Amino acid sequence: MSDAVPPSTSLPAVEIAAAVRRGERSAVEVLEEHLAVIHEREHEIHAFNLLMDDHARVAAAHVDRQVAAGHDPGPLAGVPVALKDNLCTSGVPTTCSSRILEGWCPPYDATVVARLRMAGAILIGKTNLDEFAMGSSTEHSAFGPTRNPHDPARVPGGSSGGSAAAVAAGFAPLALGSDTGGSIRQPASLCGVVGVKPTYGRVSRYGLVAFASSLDQIGPLAPTVADAAAALEVIAGHDPLDSTSVPEPAPELLARLGEGVEGLRVGVVAELMGEGIAPDVRRRVEAAADALAEAGAKVDDATVPAATYGLSAYYLIAPAEASSNLARYDGVRYGLRVDAPTTAAMNTATRTAGFGAEVKRRIMLGTYALSAGYYDAYYGKAQKVRTLIIRDFAAAYESFDLLLSPVSPTTAFPLGAKAADPLTMYLSDVCTIPSNLAGDPSVSVPFGTGDDGLAIGVQVLAPALAEATMLRAAAVLEDAVAGNHPGGRR
Amino acid sequence: MSEWETVVGLEVHCELATASKLFCGCRNAFGDEPNTNVCPVCLGLPGSLPVLNRGAVELAMRLGLALGCEVRPSTFHRKNYFYPDMPKDYQISQYDEPINVDGVIELPDGTRIGVERAHLEEDTGKSTHVGGGGRIHEADRSLVDYNRAGVPLVEIVSRPDLRSAEQAKAYVNELRAVLLATGASDARMEEGSMRVDANVSVRPAGSSTFGTRCEVKNLNSTRSLARAIDYETRRQIELLTDGEPVVQQTRHWDEADGRTHPLRSKEEAFDYRYFPEPDLVALAPLEEWQAAVAEALPLLPAARRRRLADVTGAGIASVAVVVERGLDHLVLAAMEAGGDAGRLMVHAEHDLAGTTGALDVDAFAGLTRMEADGALTATQAKAVLAELVANGGDPQAVAAALGYEALSGDVLAEAVDAAVAANPGAWDRFLAGDTKVTGFFVGQVMKATAGKADGKAVTALLRQRAAG
Repeated sequence: MSDAVPPSTSLPAVEIAAAVRRGERSAVEVLEEHLAVIHEREHEIHAFNLLMDDHARVAAAHVDRQVAAGHDPGPLAGVPVALKDNLCTSGVPTTCSSRILEGWCPPYDATVVARLRMAGAILIGKTNLDEFAMGSSTEHSAFGPTRNPHDPARVPGGSSGGSAAAVAAGFAPLALGSDTGGSIRQPASLCGVVGVKPTYGRVSRYGLVAFASSLDQIGPLAPTVADAAAALEVIAGHDPLDSTSVPEPAPELLARLGEGVEGLRVGVVAELMGEGIAPDVRRRVEAAADALAEAGAKVDDATVPAATYGLSAYYLIAPAEASSNLARYDGVRYGLRVDAPTTAAMNTATRTAGFGAEVKRRIMLGTYALSAGYYDAYYGKAQKVRTLIIRDFAAAYESFDLLLSPVSPTTAFPLGAKAADPLTMYLSDVCTIPSNLAGDPSVSVPFGTGDDGLAIGVQVLAPALAEATMLRAAAVLEDAVAGNHPGGRR
Repeated sequence: MSEWETVVGLEVHCELATASKLFCGCRNAFGDEPNTNVCPVCLGLPGSLPVLNRGAVELAMRLGLALGCEVRPSTFHRKNYFYPDMPKDYQISQYDEPINVDGVIELPDGTRIGVERAHLEEDTGKSTHVGGGGRIHEADRSLVDYNRAGVPLVEIVSRPDLRSAEQAKAYVNELRAVLLATGASDARMEEGSMRVDANVSVRPAGSSTFGTRCEVKNLNSTRSLARAIDYETRRQIELLTDGEPVVQQTRHWDEADGRTHPLRSKEEAFDYRYFPEPDLVALAPLEEWQAAVAEALPLLPAARRRRLADVTGAGIASVAVVVERGLDHLVLAAMEAGGDAGRLMVHAEHDLAGTTGALDVDAFAGLTRMEADGALTATQAKAVLAELVANGGDPQAVAAALGYEALSGDVLAEAVDAAVAANPGAWDRFLAGDTKVTGFFVGQVMKATAGKADGKAVTALLRQRAAG
């Protein structure tokens, strides 16, 4: 190692961890290099709600001491990780980008946060999001929008826009987000990074501030498929604190990334390739299908008929659950309190002042959908649609190992372009919502750019617990777009 | 009023006697310092998730099986409403798929009252209103203790099978006996670990349809339960007699003025917006687990009553009292040890109301044997029993110490002979069948033996002589 050593900010997470574990790089240096990039560009991007630089310096020094003492700090040794600010961090404010959580410090770590710490990762900050993860542009944040590092006049997507921007800007080689209807994959697509939504139950939700409990899932955003796989290996696996956590241990992913797609049957979802999808986006999905075929996959058209109704069902189920999950922000126990003469008036005043317009809209939608006399027509019917979507995916997976589709109908749009029109904004998630409703895993992997030169991701979808196969295909696409020889990785 | 019939259904909430809460590991205890048994889960902190307590499920099943319920696969729902003592502003409760359905409670008189369901749910915290007379609207401040938040409850819902205040009281007493016998709850109404709401309606006697009901809350004892049902019955009959309708509403029992007052009408009822709790999975106790729980059930009060009646031949009332006091085991054991069934039951019903103290099975059996043998009079036996309860010991020794030296059969026979010889006129009348002189002879023998003779034994000897 001499002057020719590249800065750690140009390296993927797995290489940083390898170098730190071998004692070739110090975790403290890695951290400082990333903090320097943050200080250079963060004022422009606003990826973070809070930098944890003091905590991070202590943690990095500890990792270096462990290495010096001959101990292995773990698979993510010295890797700076940015956390979406809806993941609880013990003693560190967790805001969900909402005024209503003003001043609240969780007394505990989310399971994923604890697992990252155990793996030697360095937590560098809490990233911006649409308030309570409700949005697709990170404009609905009480602390102002995050900007797309590739074009600061455009949104980074959302709701994990801060995490996606942090990875794209080189602030951190790894970030965690949460995905309820596309909130990891859509910003990953718009920021040109890899974003994984694991199988529902694959990653513990304990310590993730709930938006829609039956849909929420935590996952990684990273510059490479391998980095995302490494992170998923660390955070996945059964957690007794989450009753919906699957019993299976964390899957082996990294070791299988190079297995290629030879012989795999891949279907392009017809229902997600039609109206509303920009032509350049559609072309990139077709190019991805070609690349997989060239690598030995058998590619054909697939059909998931009920996916068409996914958006409608989602906008009943998710707000319904949210209306209940967000009831606890009542000013009684923590966060914001706006005083008033009676408890009920205090609840109302607090919630009126504490929640933004989009959150209020969804609370009202959800409350309505669950109301006596409307339940069957709205929430009940949406659950039936959900059952149909699960059934249609299951049928598709009888013929295919993997499915392929767009992630976002368009590339990154300008700030303000959709903020005033909720329906247009909701349509951003039309391709990502079905896998949340089905509970299946999916990944957004960068696959070139659109006519405007902005990043486009394609979505690989897989049946429940088939993350390993899904990421093998993502790795093939990553190689193909990098101009590497198709047909597998070494 | 005789042309009206009262119809009552009860909803009873009981705290389960688990070590920890329903969805977290916090201690389930009454009376600790406020807000000491709390954690992120039972405080409903953002990001926390519930995990179902296996012990609570087992106790709920035990109760359900004891009530003869069918244990079914079940789910949890969220019941949404804002209240400061409810940390999440929703309660996790079983709704349309409860764990226990279709049971029965058999009252001591044999009446069977249907149990619609017995489901699991979490308790709320407890509010205290400070200043302004302690009522929420006038209070200066409200304090909330979340120690109780998340404590496991079973709600036992009866069918509208009860027909009087007395029967409602008997139902609650019987349910409490089952809860105690199964160890499911300590069932203390005064500490709030058992809470009763009553649905009361009236209808013309003989009618098969139900009248409009009112739900009465704030019943803190079986006495207030009975008073409230009687009050509510009178109130509804008066309304109907005057041609006024009964309005379906929730009413609050005021112990001080002995009346119920309207809380809210049907139209003002909350819309709880129930929906399936997405943070929990369906609950389906394995057959083997259910079988093991059923296997381990103790004998329940109704069965104990039947057994005691069969073995002792005693009547319903005596048997009910003895089982309620938990003395049936002692009586049965003393019978095994050679005690006299009838006398054991008499003592258990009348002389052992407080405690059995130092009394042991053999002493109890021995005491009744002495009575049966005529060695002790009933009055003496009561005194000996009191001593056995207070200090224990052997009944013969205690009787001796109290000076109840048993008369030997010979001494008694001699005393009877002497009395007959001394009163030939009376004896002739006895022989002629005049039973009224029996008492005279007993008195004579008592006098001669300084009260140590047993009246029944004297009578028996007189009859023997007359016959032979």
